[in-house]
Parts: sequence; structure tokens; C-alpha cells
Amino acid sequence: MATVDLKDVRKIYAGGVEAVKGVSIAIPDKALCVLVGPSGCGKSTLLRMIAGLETISAGTCSIDGKVVNSIGPTERDIAMVFQNYALYPHMKVYDNMAYGLRNRGMPKDEVDKRVRGTAQTLELEHLLERRPRELSGGQRQRVAMGRAIVRNPKVFLFDEPLSNLDAKLRGQMRVEIKSLQRKLGVTSVYVTHDQLEAMTLADVLVVMNAGLVEQLGAPLDIYEKPASTFVASFIGAPPMNLLPLRGGQLEDAITLPTVTGNATTIGFRPEDCEVGADGATSSDGLRLMANVEGVEPVGAESFLYCAAGGGKIVVRVAGRTEVQVGDQLPIFARREKLHFFGSDGKRV
Amino acid sequence: MAEPKALPPASGHDKLMIGQSVTGIYVAHAILILGIVIVAFPIYYTFVASTHSLQTILRPPLPLLPGDRFFENYAEALFGGVGRIGGVSVATLLFNTTVVALGIAIGKIIISLLSAYAIVFFRFPLRMTFFWLIFITLMLPVEVRILPTYKVMVDLGLIDTYTGLIVPLIASATATLLFRQFFLTIPGELVEAARVDGAGPWRFFWDILLPLSRTNIAALFVILFIYGWTQYLWPLLVTNRNDMNTIVIALRKMISFADADTEWHLVMVTSMLAIVPPILVVVLMQRWFVRGLVDTEK
Repeated sequence: MATVDLKDVRKIYAGGVEAVKGVSIAIPDKALCVLVGPSGCGKSTLLRMIAGLETISAGTCSIDGKVVNSIGPTERDIAMVFQNYALYPHMKVYDNMAYGLRNRGMPKDEVDKRVRGTAQTLELEHLLERRPRELSGGQRQRVAMGRAIVRNPKVFLFDEPLSNLDAKLRGQMRVEIKSLQRKLGVTSVYVTHDQLEAMTLADVLVVMNAGLVEQLGAPLDIYEKPASTFVASFIGAPPMNLLPLRGGQLEDAITLPTVTGNATTIGFRPEDCEVGADGATSSDGLRLMANVEGVEPVGAESFLYCAAGGGKIVVRVAGRTEVQVGDQLPIFARREKLHFFGSDGKRV
Repeated sequence: MAEPKALPPASGHDKLMIGQSVTGIYVAHAILILGIVIVAFPIYYTFVASTHSLQTILRPPLPLLPGDRFFENYAEALFGGVGRIGGVSVATLLFNTTVVALGIAIGKIIISLLSAYAIVFFRFPLRMTFFWLIFITLMLPVEVRILPTYKVMVDLGLIDTYTGLIVPLIASATATLLFRQFFLTIPGELVEAARVDGAGPWRFFWDILLPLSRTNIAALFVILFIYGWTQYLWPLLVTNRNDMNTIVIALRKMISFADADTEWHLVMVTSMLAIVPPILVVVLMQRWFVRGLVDTEK
């Protein structure tokens, strides 16, 4: 239905602070684009610029090929789901959903049809006569979604919509948002600081840091080939282990494969580690001794927190583990699972 | 180890708080009841006086029970007219005062709602200057500016008019500040949601801000109505004609220095009638009033 194109978009606040420093993203039709990054990285500002709630200091934002820089949020034909839902507290659920339609001068019976249809999709029919304060957090979230969907806009914008829900509900809603977005086929931009949400939801994942795009691509590509140490440590839970290389050497390393270029950091994911000497069938890989400082059994897997190679690493082992705090273990990571980063933090 | 047992259901004084004794409660009630009697007695006595003839009132002691002239006295005052204020009936006074009190209360609410709306939700040059200008007026009592205001009213020919009675009292920094504080608590997301939903400034004000301010408006209305009803200095200055007086001013005019010259029974009737409308407003709007003070519907 619509594409969203950002070209060198910048946001400079009156005080001279540059929140977004030139971001270009092309979101294809029907795709769900997730903006992820730590707080203060400019992702929410960017979303609000797409919404038209913030002015764009430089660059262009186009929706469906049309530059919308100077158009207000009403005319951009977007719908937004807010972090705190922003439901109108004095209106019934029905009126909350109908408000946007009525403001656009839609005839009454058409409004009624749309609202009831959407309520049915979201299983909200029995709540239509209630007020927001009589609803649970999850139900409010649904109403907020309903208010966006009922408008049938060109673009959905989500501003950390799940951050106020408990972990279980968050998981449920995540799946639901994804399937709903697929079904409706509406281009969406979704802002979150939760890397798990980002990984599972995104068709296009944009990792942002300090007002710039660190990496843009398919979630698994980013996971497998992080472009920088920032992305490596942000995407994945627990994050990638990063150890410093000094003069191409790693402290405590038993074997170290040829270092690519003049890398200063070596990285490997916790789940790419093999524990024990027998795991090391191939000699072409990183092998180092680790001191176990903590063990976290989670059930299906266990995490070993170790000191190794002049830093701290996390090792994931499947199922239960007999390893105890204080043990010394040989850790092995295959050559193809190693990542090298240069002194500027970029992948080499 | 003994299992913790469920306590037997409390009987008798189960509404006692911990550490309270029965005697304590009786003493407390006695003090409260005494307080009520002390506060209410003058009002009761006024009512009693309003039901006796002038002769009975002037010949002490005044009886403690109501007399038989309730209907005569009230009818005379309400519709007949009181001699000392040029034969104007209390009904006219009540009407004047109602117009003034309503005008002041509603006018103040509308003006302060609009100015608070402008100050909180719009960015315009000198916004904070305007805010401080409004704020500074709080520091000047009405009396300070009463002469220039009076001059303006005379020049505009507004003496003895409802406009002259209402307009100078209509601006309210207090109410503006109150609404400003309330508006500041409205989450920014709500404003943005309304913008995305296609509500312009006027629609946002009408559809969202106003309904959310309902309880505040009700509370403020009660306070301002009573404020307007009991205005003294300004109505005294700006009205000369007896039929444009408010009830408070007329009440003062009815009382002469010479006791025998004063129609005390009518004064008492007027006093009773003067407090009825404010009481009605408080009683009828009590639910809203309390809600406005204690919670906001958010």
C-alpha cells in the first residue's frame, strides 16, 4: 500500500543538539521496519518525524513517493500506537476507536461498521462500552491497536507499544502484532529498545546509535554479521563476547587463528562456544582457558560467566551443567564463528 | 508451633480503630456536636427572627421557637418591596445577584480555560511573558486598582449595569493557574494521539480537554459562584440605583442606625434568602465538587 523513504533526515533541536544526524532508510511496501537502539539514540525522534509530530530539520521523508515534510500528521494518513496507549480516558472504547474516523467526516453507519469489524478482529467486542480505566493493560494495548487499525492508514507507527506489559503478555502481543501486520499488509515502523522484539518482528532491522544508523538489514544477517562492536553487543542475548587483541595476540589464548587485517577486537557468540577439550576436533579456531565466576541455569540452557582472555565472557551450554564456580575450562570457538573488529569498532 | 488462628469476627464496636476507646468516641462526638450547635445557632436564630413580627423582635427576649408570620414576612419581602431600599423587592435583588454570580463564575471559567489552553498548548512569541503578566496580577488585590477601574466604568457609562458589575471581576489569575496546572498533567501522548486522529486545536479543546476538565470546572464553579454572590466592595461602588443592587449591598442599606427605623423582620428574611442559593449550589454540586478536589479522571 505504501513505501516510506527517508533521505538524509536530520533533527537539530533549537539548542543545537543534533538528535538525528542524517538517516536514510527505504522501507518497502508491506514491510515491518524495526528501529532499535539504546535510549537516546534518536529512534523515537525519527518515528515522530515520520508521524509529523516533529519537524524535519533537513532531508526528506516521503510516504508513498510523496514528500510529506510540510504536511501535518492528520494528512499523512498514518496511525500511531503510543507507549502509554494514549487512549482518551473519558471516552468509551467504541468512541476511542471511532474518534479518528468521525474527525475525518466519515458517515455514521460506515464508522459503526468499521469499528465493529475491527473490534471483532481484535476480540474487543465485549469491551466496546467500557472506559479505558476499566480495562487491563493488555486490553488497553489492544484498544490502542484497534484505534490504529480501524483507520486503515497507509503506515502504522509503533512507539515501544509493548514496554508497559508484563513479560508473558509481551510475548503474546508480539506474535499477534506480527501476524496482524502480515494479514493487513500495512507498511509499519516499530520502535523498541528490546533486541528480542526487534529480532522477532523485523523484516527490515535498523540498529541505531547516537543519531546514526549503525546497521540496516535482515535481522539474521545482522545477527550473523554485525557491522560493528556496538551492533555485536546490542543484538543477541546474552550479547556477543568481545575480547581485546593486543598486537594480534589474545591473552591466555592456547590457539588463535590468523587474525583478519589489523583487528583489535575478537568476538564470538555465547552459543558458538564449545566447552571442554573433546569439543575441539578442529584445531582451526580459538581456544582459551576460562575461569568460571558464575553459573546461571535457566532450564533448557545454562550460562557460564567466565573471566578469560583479559575480559569477561559468557558461554552458553545446552541443558544442565556440572560446571561449578571456580572451575577452569578450555573454551573453543570455530574459525567461521569468529568476528573481528578494527580499532574504530567496525567489522574487518 | 500453634497454627495461626483466624480471628473471631469482631462484634460491637468493630469500627473502632486500634487504640480507640468507647469513652473517647463519646467525648469526641460530644465536642463535635457542640461545635455544630455553636456554628449553626446564629443561623437558626436568624431564621426564628424572620418568622416573627417586627414588634416581637424589638421587644426582648426574642423567642427561641419560630413564630407564625413565616409566609407573611417572606411574601412581603420577596414580592412587596422593602421600604428602606426604595421599595425594591427581594426577588429583584435575588435576580440581580444570581445574574452577577453566574456571570462572574461562568465568565471567569471561560476566560481562564481559554488563556490556560493558549499558554500550555501553543508555542507563540512572548508566551512566558504573558504567563507572568497573568501571574503578577495575583499579587495586586482588587482594592489597589479599584479607582482606575471605577473611572473606566464611569467613562464607558457602565454604572448601574450588569456589565459593569460583572466584567471588572471576570479575569482570574487563580483560575488560569489552576487550569494551567491541570493541563500540564495531561500527557503529551494524548495530545499527539488527538493530532494523529485528525483533531485540530478547537476539536481537541472541545472533545478532549473540556470533558477531562469537567470535575475541575465544577469545583471552580462552586467556589466562584460563592465568590460572586458575596462580592461587596465593587457592587457597592458601581451601583447607585436600588433596583440594581445585589442582595449583600441591599442588606446593608436596609439596616439603619436607629433600631426602630429598621424593618428587622425583613432584614432577617433577606439574610435567610441570601444564603439559600449558595447553599443550594454547594449541596447540588457537592459530589462534583469533592471529586474535583480529590481526583482527576486520568
